[in-house]
Amino acid sequence: MKRGLLTAIAIAKKDLQTELRTKESINASASFALVILVLFSFAFDLGREELYAISGGLLWLVFSFAGALIVNRSFARELPNDCLDVLVASPAPAWAIFLGKSVAAFFLLLIVELISLPVFGLFYNIHWANSFWALLLVMALATWGITVVGTAFSAVTVNIKLRELMLPVLLYPILIPLLIGAMGTTTALLAGEPMNGEALASLRLLIGFDAIYTALALYLIEFILIV
Amino acid sequence: MREKAIYILAILAAVVMISNLKTVFTGLPDEAMQGAIYRIIFIHVPAAINADIFFTISLVTSILFLMKKNFFWDSVSVSCIEVGTMLVLLNLVTGSIWGRNQWGVWWAWDLRMTSQLMCFLLYLGYLLVRPAIAEPTQRATLSAFIAIFAYADIPLVLMAIRLPNVRTQHPGPVLETGTMAAEFRAPFAIGILAIFLICSALVLIRLHQETAQREIDSLRRELHSV
Repeated sequence: MKRGLLTAIAIAKKDLQTELRTKESINASASFALVILVLFSFAFDLGREELYAISGGLLWLVFSFAGALIVNRSFARELPNDCLDVLVASPAPAWAIFLGKSVAAFFLLLIVELISLPVFGLFYNIHWANSFWALLLVMALATWGITVVGTAFSAVTVNIKLRELMLPVLLYPILIPLLIGAMGTTTALLAGEPMNGEALASLRLLIGFDAIYTALALYLIEFILIV
Repeated sequence: MREKAIYILAILAAVVMISNLKTVFTGLPDEAMQGAIYRIIFIHVPAAINADIFFTISLVTSILFLMKKNFFWDSVSVSCIEVGTMLVLLNLVTGSIWGRNQWGVWWAWDLRMTSQLMCFLLYLGYLLVRPAIAEPTQRATLSAFIAIFAYADIPLVLMAIRLPNVRTQHPGPVLETGTMAAEFRAPFAIGILAIFLICSALVLIRLHQETAQREIDSLRRELHSV
């Protein structure tokens, strides 16, 4: 268990280091997020009240699009030079490899989100700074959900043709409950509503989603990586 | 033997379905509020119930495949999911037609409609990804994984769309509370049975095709190796 966790940390470090050196997916993901943010401003012409009402939805659509780009590279990064085969053949347990990759994708997506959030506030004139810490908690929970499911499906699609097409087809339907929860909580936070009733239920949904899918993915990843 | 079973099942299904449709269309009176359109319920709800049955079977067989690595279970899973997805589509389409007639809109983002649509999309993903994977063991394993994930999502989607103060336009739970008129109950139950029989026959046919397909594939591989 402890060795597995150490392996996971090592793999996360390796992935983060490679990514921060080459910046291949983080640059693409961040600029894509910005483009989508700009596009949304043409799609909707809204008053202030309405803008706050849909702010959570806008934000999480952007984040989930950016997330798909990040997790797509999680396992695909290992394909050149057959690194994936070596990784799977190594004594590291499958769940540790998966956990390490999920953690790396989590931090990468969180960085993209932290870049997009101020831009979003700026473009749409939304005040987010007051509820920043609560938002960060919601972002962390939902981002973990996106990356854990995304990395699992990245492992599923890594060896199949049309990988880039198949990942979103599989990923977004699975993420629906998570996105509903994240959108609900974020909208409530940005609008400055107290955390009770619906918002609290959304938060519980986020935690439940994370717990269920983390457990399921850690348990089943063994079957996926070794085929 | 198996072909005989399929024929018998199909004939039985046809008889039950047609006789039930006859009762529904000629034996039952129009409903007091809705008129004739209510008859859609004898297809609409049984389709949904049967879809759930077949998805549950696919969950069990997907887990069995991961445990035993027997391709038979993979074939059962894909057959059940294909038939189940078709049933969900039938459920959505009939519901939409009924909604247009009764509510005046084709779609309402109502609680059950949304969850059923998500269910359709999840399993559609399964069916789309499957043909993209060439290697049989890989295809079966990854499919089983997707099937388990898809099934785990359904209770969550249900919970999620319940969050913002329930918007449901669906009639209340008529079955559990027993508010369905007594004369509707028998055709309703037989409707469930009829669709179950038809779909079981379809699953068996698909299973047959899957087995044949696997044999052809293995023969082809053998040929290539010579």
